[in-house]
Amino acid sequence: MIYNNLFYGLIIFFLIGAILSIVFNKKDRLSTYISFLSAAIASVFGIIFSLSVIFGETFSLSISGSSFLKFGFFVDRLSAFFILVISVAVFAVSIYSTGYMREYYGKKNIGYLGFLYNIFILSMILVVSANNAIMFLIVWELMSVISYFLVIFEHEKPETRKAGFIYIVMTHIGTGFILLSFLILAGASGNFSFESFSAYGSTMPPLLKDLAFLFALIGFGAKAGIVPLHIWLPYAHPAAPSNVSALMSGVMIKTAIYMFIRVFFDFLGAGVLWWGFLVFALGAISALTGIMYAVVEPDIKRMLAFSSIENIGIILLGIGASMIFLASGSPALSAIAAIAALYHLLNHSIFKGLLFMGAGSILFSTHTKNIEELGGIIKKMPVMAFLFLIGVLSISALPPFSGFVSEWLLLQSLLFSFSSTDPMIRIALPVGAAALALTGALAAFCFLKTFGIGFLALPRSEHAEHAKEANKPMLIGMGIFALLSILLGILPVYVLPFLDRIVKEFTGAGAFDQSFSFGFLGTVGMPSTAISLSTPIILSMILLFISIPYVIGFIKTRGTHRVYETWGCGQPVSTARNEYTACAFSKPVQMWFKNIFRPARELRASYTVSPLIKESFKFELHIEQIFERYIYSPVTDMILDISRTARHIQTGSIHAYLAYIFGTMVILMLFIILGGS
Amino acid sequence: MLSQILISIIQIIVILALAPLLSGIIKKIKAFFQIRKGASVFQPYYDIAKLLHKDSVVSENVSWIFHAAPVISLASVLTAGLIVPVFISDMPFSFAGDLILVVYLFALARFFTALASLDAGSSFGGMGGSREMFVASMVEPALMLSIFAVALNVGSTNLSLISQTVSSMGLSAVSPYQLLAFVALFIIAIAETGRIPVDNPATHLELTMIHEAMILEYSGKQLAIVELGAMVKQLLVFSLLTNIFFPWGIATTMNASGIAIALIVFIVKIAVLGVLMAMVEISTAKWRLFRLPDLLSISLMLSFLSLVSFIIVKGG
Repeated sequence: MIYNNLFYGLIIFFLIGAILSIVFNKKDRLSTYISFLSAAIASVFGIIFSLSVIFGETFSLSISGSSFLKFGFFVDRLSAFFILVISVAVFAVSIYSTGYMREYYGKKNIGYLGFLYNIFILSMILVVSANNAIMFLIVWELMSVISYFLVIFEHEKPETRKAGFIYIVMTHIGTGFILLSFLILAGASGNFSFESFSAYGSTMPPLLKDLAFLFALIGFGAKAGIVPLHIWLPYAHPAAPSNVSALMSGVMIKTAIYMFIRVFFDFLGAGVLWWGFLVFALGAISALTGIMYAVVEPDIKRMLAFSSIENIGIILLGIGASMIFLASGSPALSAIAAIAALYHLLNHSIFKGLLFMGAGSILFSTHTKNIEELGGIIKKMPVMAFLFLIGVLSISALPPFSGFVSEWLLLQSLLFSFSSTDPMIRIALPVGAAALALTGALAAFCFLKTFGIGFLALPRSEHAEHAKEANKPMLIGMGIFALLSILLGILPVYVLPFLDRIVKEFTGAGAFDQSFSFGFLGTVGMPSTAISLSTPIILSMILLFISIPYVIGFIKTRGTHRVYETWGCGQPVSTARNEYTACAFSKPVQMWFKNIFRPARELRASYTVSPLIKESFKFELHIEQIFERYIYSPVTDMILDISRTARHIQTGSIHAYLAYIFGTMVILMLFIILGGS
Repeated sequence: MLSQILISIIQIIVILALAPLLSGIIKKIKAFFQIRKGASVFQPYYDIAKLLHKDSVVSENVSWIFHAAPVISLASVLTAGLIVPVFISDMPFSFAGDLILVVYLFALARFFTALASLDAGSSFGGMGGSREMFVASMVEPALMLSIFAVALNVGSTNLSLISQTVSSMGLSAVSPYQLLAFVALFIIAIAETGRIPVDNPATHLELTMIHEAMILEYSGKQLAIVELGAMVKQLLVFSLLTNIFFPWGIATTMNASGIAIALIVFIVKIAVLGVLMAMVEISTAKWRLFRLPDLLSISLMLSFLSLVSFIIVKGG
């Protein structure tokens, strides 16, 4: 009963937020507070509800319907975990939004945004709690359409409209494939309920299972943003308002991961080895491609979107490894890989939310997203910069922050490939680990560039010069996430058994029961390899070593240094024009992967009277998006060609159409007559 | 418990004390091959002592990152020093992390040094930081594969366990896959410690250097800490190489005579590695930055071959 109340409470508060913000849409402040605070309250309900399901019993609620089609909700531990991830993210982002919306006061209709925001979150929660395919498709479509409206919220900009168009097309291609996959499953099980999908799905003939797997992979892959279905992501996420991008990148793409686990493990039984390899390989490719484009991207929000592709790739590496282990008959190892994947998913939703909110704060304060125009933010916005740095350290997988722990765990689970007897597994998984290592190093490169160029040294433009510290609600929202990033890094001891409860449901065995040992001071141990990790010890040792020089008076905090201008070989260089640029910083990586980036440079100089003195100098760099160029462009060109050809028979003359109808009739009649005999 | 803490403290002191010596030895050997007399092997100690007595000059553009970075870098490298076996294989802190953690702690140190390089707003710093992170990105996949190759033998990345097992195996531990992995890791060690052909620690031409360009803005006490951090990291990389591949002589139990012998053996071993490193430096010229991917893909291939040969030799 309490479950029902919590679940209804959650839905009701989102609806209240949505409706009241429309009602009060003339009053900017009022509708801001009503819509976002009611979303925050609803998310508290969501947190309590999901925790009580994870530690309690599965929740199911049947609304109405025939025996063929029952509408209702079904929340097991896996769904509850995703509701938890969504709710935590929504809580912090909603608080942040109450501050961030001030940007739009008097310019945009905030009531409308508040309405979309609440319905969007509600639809995500319904997506992970739907209990049958029809209901799922309805809420999935609702989520896609609402997020489309959120993407085009600033529709007066033409690039936003283009982003929205690409997004809506890609997401519908995805939905088409999801439908195919569900139809195959429904054909085998006789109805559309997820319960019967999971009962009959694994007993389907191998060919149908493979098809259902592939269609689901493509369908949900388009939403998750796996390469090469990722092209909408770097357009759509930066176009949306920053608080919405935080949710889209942090949470929405994770609903596709939820369905991956649901379909592959629950419905189809995950018993086929090559599925695991395919998911694993796609994960590695997505991770590398995503981060490579992130490194050379000057727009902070676009860079973060590319990095989301990377992190989805890392999560898929974990899920792929989990499927490989399960198919090769080691459910306990499968559980470890799945725990690593879910851990990273949780971490990513938090630090990516933090970074998007940081990017939003910069946008709010400087009105630019271009890293080349920033600089010196750390002095203008010290608190925001500190919180952003925590996000940067987490996403760069540096110890003892959260990203490190989940990547470490993933590497450990790949290390267990030793215990397999299949040489393919023993070679492929270490290669995946190498790909993960390269991804991690490039992520560090990318975020070092972002922080170093964007936040340090001197402001590079007027915009950055006049930056002001973010307002309180924005800092509180970011602060919650920064704190969580630290806690998830130093307290894996509590997180792992928690995740173990969840993965036990779909891998069939927990890792915690047999293997994780927890000893002295927050130590996490791996089974049978004598490997353990204690991030609290690491953190305290680093802090100890930092404090020693100060304690013994080796370094005095003040007064031992003289301030002077930066060394420039005797030339005065302390101006922003002489600073290293982001483009130059990422140049080595751009050269390294020049076959992929295919950089095109353009230099234009105009001279004064003397050819030695340049009046102005223009440098342009264009990076090729190879997937758009070589996969999408040919396809869209072909479709346009076909349409152009088809236009010849669309003359607009009624006589022609009558002739077409007559022709069709004749063919049909011939068909019936000949077929009848 | 008390003796374990004592061991850890001794280890940190030994690392701090020996790190400049290793630099001095390498410089001396290089001088020998260049038919120079060269500075005393104790010169790095004098340099650090001199720098510690000086005040710093700090750029007017910097933020707290610049001041904090040297200490954070040194602290994370020293934390790695609690996990890397040096003279005793049974490290008290080995429960706190493994080889992978050591790699990531080095990354943390590098991250802050590189951040500080951008803080002063000079292009030299940015250039150095960018190149340093670039080299690190190229190193990382090869490093991870060779970690996996090394861990195969023992089935673990726990450093204490690796050195203990290999030590007890004696000469039977020498095998084709170990040798391949050693060469791969040696190439990585060249890159990690910033030596020719990757970086030139002796250059003072800003356009060719990597690590030195990054720390160009530091002076006085802060420079001393930065230099010490780099030396400690170099010593730890060397200890990793010796104690993963030929840990023989390392103290496996805690007794005074064993530790004393182990210390002497350790100094001899890193001196031998130092000679090897110096000879590599002498016999090659610095490579162009964009030729380095070739070098590091050799390392990547070698570690891959090591992995595959293990599977072939030991069977599926």
